[in-house]
Amino acid sequence: MRRQRSVDVLVVGAGPAGLAAAARLAASGAGTVEVLERDARAGGVPRHCHHGGFGRWGVTGPQYAESLVEAALGGGAAVRTGVSATGWAGPLCLETTGPHGLERITARAVVLATGARERPRSARLVPGTRPAGVLTTGELQQAVHVYGQEIGTRAVVVGAEPVSYAALSALRRAGVEVAALVTEETRAQVGRARAASTRLGVAWVPLLTGAVVTELLGRGRLSGVRLRRRDGRESVLACDTVVFTGDFVPDHELARRGGVLLDPGTRGPAVDGSFRTASPGVFAVGNGVHAVEPARVAAGEGARVAEAVRGHLGGAGWPSGGVPVVAETPLRWVAPNRLVPGAAGGRFILRTAEALGCPVLVVLQDGRCLHRQRVRRRVLPNQGLYLSGGWVGKVDAGGGPVRVVVG
Amino acid sequence: MTVTTKGPLPSEPYDVTVVGAGVVGSAIARELAGHHRLRVALVEASGDVGDGTSKANTAILHTGFDAVPGSLESRLVREGQRLLAAYAAESGIPVEPVGALLVAWDEEQLAALPGLLEKAEANGYNGARIIDADEVRSREPHLGEGALGALDVPGESIICPWTTTLAYATQAVRGGVDLHLNCEVERVGSWESPPAPAPAPPPDSDSDSDSASSGGSVCHELTTSRGAVRTRYLINAAGLHADVLDRRLLGRGEFTVTPRRGQLIVFDKLARDLVRHILLPVPTALGKGVLVAPTVYGNVLLGPTAEELDDKRATGTTEDGLAGLRAKGRRILPALLDEEVTAVYAGLRAATEHDDYQIHSSPEARYITVGGIRSTGLTASMAIAEYVVGLLADAAGPDLDLTVAGDLDPVGMPNLGEAFPRPYQRADLIATDSAYGSIICHCERVTRGEIRDALISTVPPGSLEGLRRRTRARGGRCQGFYCGAAVRELFDGWGESGAAC
Ligand SMILES: Cc1cc2nc3c(=O)[nH]c(=O)nc-3n(C[C@H](O)[C@H](O)[C@H](O)COP(=O)(O)OP(=O)(O)OC[C@H]3O[C@@H](n4cnc5c(N)ncnc54)[C@H](O)[C@@H]3O)c2cc1C
Ligand SMILES: Cc1cc2nc3c(=O)[nH]c(=O)nc-3n(C[C@H](O)[C@H](O)[C@H](O)COP(=O)(O)OP(=O)(O)OC[C@H]3O[C@@H](n4cnc5c(N)ncnc54)[C@H](O)[C@@H]3O)c2cc1C
Repeated sequence: MRRQRSVDVLVVGAGPAGLAAAARLAASGAGTVEVLERDARAGGVPRHCHHGGFGRWGVTGPQYAESLVEAALGGGAAVRTGVSATGWAGPLCLETTGPHGLERITARAVVLATGARERPRSARLVPGTRPAGVLTTGELQQAVHVYGQEIGTRAVVVGAEPVSYAALSALRRAGVEVAALVTEETRAQVGRARAASTRLGVAWVPLLTGAVVTELLGRGRLSGVRLRRRDGRESVLACDTVVFTGDFVPDHELARRGGVLLDPGTRGPAVDGSFRTASPGVFAVGNGVHAVEPARVAAGEGARVAEAVRGHLGGAGWPSGGVPVVAETPLRWVAPNRLVPGAAGGRFILRTAEALGCPVLVVLQDGRCLHRQRVRRRVLPNQGLYLSGGWVGKVDAGGGPVRVVVG
Repeated sequence: MTVTTKGPLPSEPYDVTVVGAGVVGSAIARELAGHHRLRVALVEASGDVGDGTSKANTAILHTGFDAVPGSLESRLVREGQRLLAAYAAESGIPVEPVGALLVAWDEEQLAALPGLLEKAEANGYNGARIIDADEVRSREPHLGEGALGALDVPGESIICPWTTTLAYATQAVRGGVDLHLNCEVERVGSWESPPAPAPAPPPDSDSDSDSASSGGSVCHELTTSRGAVRTRYLINAAGLHADVLDRRLLGRGEFTVTPRRGQLIVFDKLARDLVRHILLPVPTALGKGVLVAPTVYGNVLLGPTAEELDDKRATGTTEDGLAGLRAKGRRILPALLDEEVTAVYAGLRAATEHDDYQIHSSPEARYITVGGIRSTGLTASMAIAEYVVGLLADAAGPDLDLTVAGDLDPVGMPNLGEAFPRPYQRADLIATDSAYGSIICHCERVTRGEIRDALISTVPPGSLEGLRRRTRARGGRCQGFYCGAAVRELFDGWGESGAAC
């Protein structure tokens, strides 16, 4: 009943990471390269980010997505939309569902590029009723930019990260008054210019810091959110829409169902510097490995994985074991999170659980200091934090875990 | 087939009207639909069936092993379990016979197990037995430390509560029952039909429907948010509001409903491998306590709390409630707490001051109350319906012809259960209609074909929430991040223009 096929490289997910990997692989003669995309259109999240900030100045999400799709197709990759990878039939064999039926596709290499999603209200355990009008940015952007739907009249945005401001602009575009941005943090997690931009234009949007949403109110339709401020004061903000922004998690379902080892910190597949997972032949890139980074970071990982995939197709061995890289409190996670001899150093992405003022990142192995790096700014939770990889050559392949700590 | 959601109501009196389209009212309407000569209405305040307590429970098909022996509830749960299990198999309602373990965590609880075993036997359930700590551990490897033993109740199953209510309502409507939604009964009065001339029966009604033309009889007149409904007999299955209606009708009430809230947490499908049985605590005076159970959709449930409230609308969850559940869950199944949460919700049990169901017939008032259907109503629903129709037959005598029950056409419900093939997994189905290969909601793998089918079904959803209960669309871990806007587009498009999905 299922058609059986084989390809050389099967990429799951046609977002920036998957498309960039496919473009590079196909163009470099890696054989048959096929990208599966469950959505009706390729391009991933940028498809519905109708604002600038992708790649070059002024390039919007859909334009950026379009250029990635063209590059993949131009290189000779097949991009199949409306096809979902639903499970595994073998270590390198995926089951798919699409309007044309069911397939079982065996590949010599599988690249997981399944992206990330925002944690919704329920995953954040926000109590209260279950009214309509509760969204994530992803849903909001599609509703506004792809479908032109009615959203509501007055909204509260939870979060003050870059994506929260994207939500704000989508709400404004939809003609929704924004009652406030609400964040637990002490300040907006964006540059001053962007934070100030909410004060310009049609309406001034207050930023409530040190505040958490403790309850959703309303029956049928949201009627308000209850807030608790840091000093314990409670208040109710009337609104018919609330958008939970940020708090991204990798979409790891396919990886987990395939027994691909996950990193407990990132909750995406554990990968080495060449984006190899612990399962031979399976690579993982982009936000599916670490939650959200700008699109060009994801695309960059896609381009970089191509070389390792070619190496694997050419018969290079699959390094097993390796030294784990772990981030210690208050750091939440680090990616890549496994070091194998000979793998590229590259750059490490980290996140912190609490605000850090100009932190010094220290890399240690068995008590030995491999590297120290000062970050010359204040870092907030959910904000990009990067560590250069120049120290990777100093790691003892037979030693204990490499620890990244705040010095 | 008649489902109305707005506009005027038929002026012709009904023979029987059931108030409340929860699982109980829908089951009663279905049972009455088998009596083809009757004109039956099912009126519901909400815009959808099963929108009250019936949508928000723990979804267990109970054996009734722990009921109060000798009670009406004990009997109806036992019979209902048998009836519903058979009905589910016939109509495609997902049921998984996973069995339950009543886990003892301390010596006192362990000592209570033999008593519970006896109680099970007194309730006519003979399948239970006590197992030791080792067996508990081997059967539930992820269980927290310290379980001393358990009562094994292999007959307990998990079921889809949404499909159950929907199947009853669908079959009732197809069997000729008028379902009036958005129709809240506000007052009940009496109405005397004009003696003669008898109103001409509408062309499509049964010509021998002597009931409608029998002039001069006194009917109930229900004043609803959509106008008057007249009916010769009235069945009150209004769930949490059954006591209010009871008082309105009889001028006195036999019971008072004190809502007992149960908050629950639904964990991600990726947690499903952590648990094999329904893990029940040893019951205390306060109730059945917090359980961990798989769902037929492949999630894991943690809950419910038990809180006495006075607000019948308080279906919200609370910070304390969720924190308390997590603390209890951590003890039962520690690894569960590391998994993502898909949903949090709360349901209200219709608890009363009595220890049993409150089903009372008032023949002189042509009225039956079906109240106090507390925490077992899903399981007992079909048996309650049979029992109530029996009471109606007694009360009405020759006045209502309830002797011959015809067969209803069987219904085939869409499968929402993970243990059975879903449309996205079926090459045969996709070959006949490619819409079943087009996944719209990725977390729950709901296809365009299923959404379309729900939107044009006999009892179509009145809201996105109703669509979720029929298909699971938007009910998964992303809660609409990926599919929310697309699903809304299909819902709105269908409603407004009839455009094909
Ligand atoms: C709301 C939001 C706003 C953003 N705004 C900006 C911005 O302004 N500027 C910027 O630079 N970055 C922005 N980003 C980040 C940027 O969009 C992401 O970094 C980038 O899209 C990540 O690329 P990716 O390929 O890893 O994942 P995605 O773009 O998420 O693509 C993953 C793809 O995989 C598909 N997929 C997943 N599972 C399967 C499966 N089983 N079968 C088939 N297909 C599957 C998905 O449908 C999806 O298309 C934003 C992100 C979000 C969520
Ligand atoms: C937390 C929890 C867990 C449970 N777990 C289980 C379980 O595992 N197994 C099990 O078998 N049972 C369980 N139950 C019990 C079960 O859910 C209920 O017994 C059952 O749903 C009751 O159905 P009902 O039709 O009586 O009430 P409802 O579903 O509440 O239906 C009553 C309907 O009447 C309507 N109505 C009320 N007043 C009016 C009016 N004036 N006019 C018109 N319409 C009106 C309401 O809108 C509502 O739709 C549980 C219950 C709870 C709360």
